[in-house]
Amino acid sequence: MAWSWEALWEWNAGKKPAQLRVQGPRPCARLCACAECNRSARFIGCGQRNCACALLPRVPVWWVLPSSLRSIRDSPSSHPGPPCVLELGMFPELNNLLNTTPEGAEQGKLTLLCDAKTDGSFLVHHFLSFYLKANCKVCLVALIQSFSHYNIVGQKLGVSLTAARERGQLVVLEGLKSGVDVFFRPREEPHPLQFLREANAGDLQPLYAFVRDALQPVDSGEAAWRCPVLLVDDLSVLLSLGVGPVAVLDFVHYCRATVCQEWKGNVVCLVHDSGDTEDEESDVLLNGLSHQSHLILRAEGLATGFCKDVHGQLRILWRRPLQPTTHRDRSLTYQYKIQDKSVSFFAKGMSPAVL
Amino acid sequence: MAVAGTSGTGTRSTGSMVAAASTNNVTSFQRRGPRASGADSGCSRLVSIAGTRRSVRNGQLLVSTGLPALDQFLGGGLAVGTVLLIEEDKYNIYSPLLFNYFLAEGIVSGHALLVASAKEDPADILQKLPAPLIDHSYKKECDEDICGHKMESDIKMKIAWRYQLFPKMEGRPVLSSGFGHDYDISKRIPQELIETSKWHGFFLPEKISSTFNVESCSLTSGYMKLLQFIQNIIYEEGFDGSNPQKKQKNILRIGIQNLGSPLWGDDICCAENCDASHSLTKFLYILRALLRTSLSACIITVPTHLIQNKAVIARVTNLSDTVVGLESFIGSEKETNPLYKDYHGLIHIRQIPRLNNLIYDISDVKDLAFKLKKKLFTIEIGSPISSSLASLIAQLVKNPPAMRKTSVPFLGREDPLEKAKVTHSSILAWRIPWTVHGVAKSWT
Repeated sequence: MAWSWEALWEWNAGKKPAQLRVQGPRPCARLCACAECNRSARFIGCGQRNCACALLPRVPVWWVLPSSLRSIRDSPSSHPGPPCVLELGMFPELNNLLNTTPEGAEQGKLTLLCDAKTDGSFLVHHFLSFYLKANCKVCLVALIQSFSHYNIVGQKLGVSLTAARERGQLVVLEGLKSGVDVFFRPREEPHPLQFLREANAGDLQPLYAFVRDALQPVDSGEAAWRCPVLLVDDLSVLLSLGVGPVAVLDFVHYCRATVCQEWKGNVVCLVHDSGDTEDEESDVLLNGLSHQSHLILRAEGLATGFCKDVHGQLRILWRRPLQPTTHRDRSLTYQYKIQDKSVSFFAKGMSPAVL
Repeated sequence: MAVAGTSGTGTRSTGSMVAAASTNNVTSFQRRGPRASGADSGCSRLVSIAGTRRSVRNGQLLVSTGLPALDQFLGGGLAVGTVLLIEEDKYNIYSPLLFNYFLAEGIVSGHALLVASAKEDPADILQKLPAPLIDHSYKKECDEDICGHKMESDIKMKIAWRYQLFPKMEGRPVLSSGFGHDYDISKRIPQELIETSKWHGFFLPEKISSTFNVESCSLTSGYMKLLQFIQNIIYEEGFDGSNPQKKQKNILRIGIQNLGSPLWGDDICCAENCDASHSLTKFLYILRALLRTSLSACIITVPTHLIQNKAVIARVTNLSDTVVGLESFIGSEKETNPLYKDYHGLIHIRQIPRLNNLIYDISDVKDLAFKLKKKLFTIEIGSPISSSLASLIAQLVKNPPAMRKTSVPFLGREDPLEKAKVTHSSILAWRIPWTVHGVAKSWT
C-alpha cells in the first residue's frame, strides 16, 4: 500500500480544480503542505491550526488546491514522496505525529506513557519496536505480561524480539516468570524482584542494579548499539505490589540519572492514571513523573463511552522540564483506532466511520 | 469379505474419529498459543486437549466458562493462562452459579480441578454442581465404539490408513469432547462423574490450623498457603511442562471463592485504610504469574461491593484479565422497573484482555441481562429502548383503549394474521407521541 505523489496526482486528475479532496489510501491520511511539516513530507491529521502554512491559505487542511499540489511537487525541498510506510514496522502514523524517525531519535529523554480508562499498552509495543528498529540497546522490564506476548505483537509490527534477544540487543526482565522463582524458591543473593518477598518493600535498588548492568555500555571498541533505552511496563503494578510511590519515583530518578544523563539514552515508562478512584499513591506517582518527562503520551477512553470505530483519544504533550517554560508546551490531540497490525490516527471527529 | 469387513469397521471407527478430530479443531492454521511452551515447543504437530479450542482471531487456546452465552461475549471463551474475575452481586446469589458452571464444565471435559474456599468444603461444592445435558445418542455411539475398538484394535486399516494416525479413544470416560455444554441447574451432577474426575480441594479452616513457618511477607497467611498449594499442584501434576513424561496434556481449572472476604483473613472489605492493603493485589500478581506459566485457567469471585477503597478495586481489575460484574436487581429500585421485569440482573463485561494481540474481540452489545429460569441461566441482550418500545406496543395491542369492551376471547394459539391486523389498526389509531413516523412506516 505504498502511497506516492504520482498516484495522488493521477487520482486527482479527474476532479474539479477548485476543490480537491485529498485522501491517501487510508482515508485518515491527510496532507498538510506547510513548510514546517513538509521537511519530511509526512502526513498529519491536522485538527489544530499549528502549522505555519507558508504555501497554503488557511483552508481546512484536507482540501488542497491542485495548484499548490503542483508547486509542492516541483519544489526542491519536498521529498519525492513519502516513504513506504509499511517498511518502517511500528506505527508509522504515530512516528509522523511525534515527528520522529528511527534514524533521528532524540536522546536523553524521559517519555511518559499514561492511560486513563483504557489500555495504553499499544504505545509500549510501538516504542519497543521503534527503538529496536533504531538499533538501540533496549532493556524491557515486563512486569505485567509474558515475553511471548510482546514477541507475538512485535512480529506483527516487524521486529523479532527473540532474534534481538539472541544478538544481545534486547534484555528482558520477565516479572511474572522470575516473580514465581523469587516467591517460591528464595535464594540469598539479591534479585531484582526481591521486594515481592518482603513485608514492607523498601526500595527498588536491586531492580535499578539490574537495569544498570543490562544497559552498561560495553567498552569493546566497536559501538554496537546507538544508545541505551529502558522500557518499563508498567510502573503502576509496582504500587500494587506494595512498593511506595516515593520508592518508585526514586527508581525512575536513578534510572534517568544513569541512562539519560550519563549514557545519553532514553527512558520510557507506562503508568496507569486511576482517574476518579482516589488512588493517592497513583496520583503522586503520575504527577511526579509528569513533571520530569519530556514527552507525555496520554491515551484516554472517550468521554462518551464505548465506540467501535474510535477506540480512544491520544494527547501528546511536549515539555521542557529543565528549562523555564517561556513558551507554552506544545500539545496535540488525536483520536485513534487500533487495528490488527497498526493504529490509525485522525483528528477529532474525523474518523473514517463518521465522514 | 475380509476386505469389506475391515473397511466396514474402519469406516465406523473413522467416522467417530473424524467427529472427534473435528470437535478438537485440528487444523493447519494453528499457532503456539499456550504459554507453557516448555515441553511441546519442539513438536510440529500440536497436541489438542479435550474441552479446548483455538480462538479464530489469534489461535489462542480457549476453554469454555460453562455458559456458551458468556463464552460468546468473552470472545469465544476464557483463554488458558488467564484469570476470570467475577464481581459478586450484592447477596451472592448468582455468582456461585457461574462458579459452579465453570467447575462443572471442567468435570465434563475431563479437566483437573482445584477448588479453594474459605466458607464451604470443596467436596460439598462439587456435590452441588449442575448436571450436564448430554446427547444420549452420542453417548450410545461412544459405548459402541469403545466395544468395537477393543475387538478390532489390532486390525490395520488398509483403505483409510491415514486415519490410523489419529489417537484412539482414551480410556478415561469423557462424555463429549465438545466445547461448551448446557447444564440443568435443577439436577445435581451424577456421582460417578465426580468420582472419575481428578480434583484437589483447599478448605482454609483445615489448612490454617497446621503449623507453618512464618514468612515475613505482606501476604496474609491464608493467601500464602493457597499460593503454595496451587504451586505444588501445578508442579507435581506437570501442568507447567516440568514433567515431560506426561504425554496427555490437560488443563487445570482453578476456582477460588469469595476472595478478599474477611474469611480469608483479609480486611479490605472491613475498613478503608487497612493494614494488609497490598495482600490481595500481591496474591493476584503471583497467581497471574503461576497461571501464565502453566496450562491452567482460573475463576475467582470477589465481593467488590464490599471493598470500600475504590483504588483497590481498580488495582484488582488491572491485575485480572477478564472481569465480569454481576448486578442483581434484588433489593434495588430496578426490581420494580418495568424495563427489567423479565430479568434478574445485569451483566457487565468490564474488561477483556488483549493477549498476543493489539486488538481483542469485543462485542458491540453492552447491555446484557441475565435471567435464572428453572433449569437454565440465560444471558440476553437487552437494550432498554427497544424493549420498552416493544413492551409498549405489546400493551397497546393487548388492550387498546377503544377495544377494551369487545375483548376477543383467547382460544389458545392466536391466528397470526388476526394479530397482525389488530396491530396494524392499533398503530394507525394510536399515535405514539414521542416516536417518529418511522415506527408507523415500518409496520405498514
